Amino acid sequence: MLRYTLSRLLSLSISLAVASLVIFLVIEILPGDPAVLMLGVNAQEDTLAALRDQLGLNGSMLTRYVDWVGGMLVGDFGTSYTYRTPVADMVGDRLWVSLPLAIYALTLSTVIAFPAGIWAASRRGSAADVGVMGITQLGVAIPNFWFAMLMVVVFAVNLRWFSAGGFPGWDEGFWVSIKALTLPAVALALPQASILARVMRSALVDTLSEDFVRTARAKGLTRSQALWRHALRNALIPVLTIIGMQFAFLLAGGIIIENVFFLPGLGRLIFQAISARDLIVVESVVMLLVFAVVMVNFMVEIAYALVDPRLRRR
Amino acid sequence: MTFKPLTAGLASVLALSATMALAEKTDLVLGMQLEPPHLDPTSAAAGAIDSVVYSNVFEGLTRFGPDGSVGPGLAQSWDISEDGKTYTFHLAEGVKFHDGTTMDAEDVKFSLDRARAEDSANAQKALFAGIESVEATDPQTVTVMLKNPDGNFLFNMAWGDAVIVAPESIDNIKTTPIGTGAFMFDSWAQGDRIELKKNPEYWGTPAMLDAVTFKFISDPTAAFNAMMAEDLDVFAAFPAPENLPQFDADPRFKVLIGSTEGETILAMNNKMPPLDNVKVREAVAHAINRQDIIDGAMFGYGTPIGTHFAPHHPDYLDLTGLSEYDPEKSKALLAEAGVTTPVKLKMTLPPPSYARRGGEIVAAQLRAVGIEAEIENVEWAQWLETTFRGAHDFGFTIISHTEPLDINIYARPDYYFQYDNPELQKLMEDLSVESDPAKRSEMLKTAQTTIAEDYVNAYLFQLPLHTVAKTGVEGLWINAPTQAADVTGVSWSE
Repeated sequence: MLRYTLSRLLSLSISLAVASLVIFLVIEILPGDPAVLMLGVNAQEDTLAALRDQLGLNGSMLTRYVDWVGGMLVGDFGTSYTYRTPVADMVGDRLWVSLPLAIYALTLSTVIAFPAGIWAASRRGSAADVGVMGITQLGVAIPNFWFAMLMVVVFAVNLRWFSAGGFPGWDEGFWVSIKALTLPAVALALPQASILARVMRSALVDTLSEDFVRTARAKGLTRSQALWRHALRNALIPVLTIIGMQFAFLLAGGIIIENVFFLPGLGRLIFQAISARDLIVVESVVMLLVFAVVMVNFMVEIAYALVDPRLRRR
Repeated sequence: MTFKPLTAGLASVLALSATMALAEKTDLVLGMQLEPPHLDPTSAAAGAIDSVVYSNVFEGLTRFGPDGSVGPGLAQSWDISEDGKTYTFHLAEGVKFHDGTTMDAEDVKFSLDRARAEDSANAQKALFAGIESVEATDPQTVTVMLKNPDGNFLFNMAWGDAVIVAPESIDNIKTTPIGTGAFMFDSWAQGDRIELKKNPEYWGTPAMLDAVTFKFISDPTAAFNAMMAEDLDVFAAFPAPENLPQFDADPRFKVLIGSTEGETILAMNNKMPPLDNVKVREAVAHAINRQDIIDGAMFGYGTPIGTHFAPHHPDYLDLTGLSEYDPEKSKALLAEAGVTTPVKLKMTLPPPSYARRGGEIVAAQLRAVGIEAEIENVEWAQWLETTFRGAHDFGFTIISHTEPLDINIYARPDYYFQYDNPELQKLMEDLSVESDPAKRSEMLKTAQTTIAEDYVNAYLFQLPLHTVAKTGVEGLWINAPTQAADVTGVSWSE
């Protein structure tokens, strides 16, 4: 188990190092001078030079890369060019929206997908199975931003049960914030739940046709006893993989949903930072997301070992 | 029959709650598309900063009124010397910054000196270039000496970039702006909203609202939904003209249609062949049907213009006749210029919808006379780097020039459309030192005619300003003489 964990940690570090280099280079070749963008069309050359100096844009590429990576290693993510506040603080604020939203959406998605997938698998070929498969097919096909807009029109504009978007902040109360995150979470969860339910079903269907399940049935267990006691645990590996990927996607990929609901999350921060050429923010936030994705994958791999003892001995 | 008392009761409950709501409503939630990067109007070009703080939080010596006129601000009156080079400003009495410190002549001197200093990061440093010296004569009097007489000086001092700030609070101005305005900064939830509250010790007419929230919604569909769900009371500069009829038809809302200082033009690279030939530029101007562009890109909103000047300005000349839609004339001019069609030229389009939508229509109209405009959609950062500055790698671009009274850009030969006319440069130089109103007006008219007859650019329309508000919100600015959402005079009507 220790060797397995260490080898995972090594590959994790290599991924992060490569990612930092790629991110830095991509940002370097992006056209557009942050100083010009900030000072606009009437800026004079001396003003621009003064600002570039203030922002530290004058150093060589190598020194800037080393400064950036070195800073991150000691927890200093730099200072935003446009907002002039530490990137770490900005990310901290935004994370309080994006992280709860991702957890909320993933919880919804899991709560819907597990019963639906298990139910469909246990009644394979029945009307229930066909129904679940049909609905999830639809769920996968519908773009989440379209579904989000539809929900806004119905629940915010017409019924007025929810706000059309925005986030009051956790200071305003837990339930108020949860309410503000509900429509976005549902919009994010629907396609995820559909995918997860389909993976759950097919993994379970595969496992149910394995020899050990037949043995369990021969031993005298009912279909559902065999499913719950033996098949389910063995079907969890592909499901865990998908959940891990989905969490990473939900954390980083909520940009469109955050725009539809004008939530102050990480996705919108990156989006705004790119168009404002707030390069330090883009670099640091993307790096942070890479870190989150790599960590989630790491944890998923550890979880494999927990559900499948064979992996621990490798 | 049993319905009757019920409905009557319900109606009275509704009426009661309605009057209560109206009587109590002293706050306002105002939506805008762009969030300010920070809150210092004196060190960035971002118009969103001015939208939040201009007049509300910060005030200058003079200030723009809703009609674009320049009136007294922190300076209640001023004397101008005979030679037009010395301005003596008399400051208002008892003005305090939001942190309780007194605003006096030293603060004015500090603000102006800071803006024109060597290492100043002011985006409009040119506004202060004419200042020779600033003296605090006594606490209530400031004397500004100019290098030359400048008819625009009071106008320049009304800009958001020229507001008065205090040396005590300058270090944190970007996150905690301390001004003298009728509202003071309360809080900022970055990415979501900025809250202002009433300044109880305001020196002038106090604000009628107790609190104002600026909410930032960049997506036009989300903006529409937020208005419709009544999450917002006002949306300033509503981004989707196609939705306006829906608001207009809804008794809950009203739509205010105003004008901005934005001359929307099809800019041409005057140095790039064949556009360096005035006949070719004239051909481009005649190939364009303004009304089609206004209808197609702006859903009918926008005033056609024939020169680089705002139609609501008293000195405006209607010169649209010089560039009437006439594709046959256009083809003839191209032939006369000896151009073999089709001519291929790059057209860069920045993100706003007037440019992207308008660009498609312009390209189709140009194609009809034999000019192939190859559209390239670019981001702002890219537009600034490749079109506006640097290599000027473009043939055409569509852009709205939103600075007020900016016809003087035609006197800058290095300006991105690269128009170089010594006569006009001389005229603008003379204008900057002329303070006789009648002569100024005459000169401005000559300038308008010159650039229209030289077909420097194709002039399309004046950018409209659409404000959507709940019925009952009074005192909003209809026009935008400068980028501002001045809420100092806003209230809820009974």
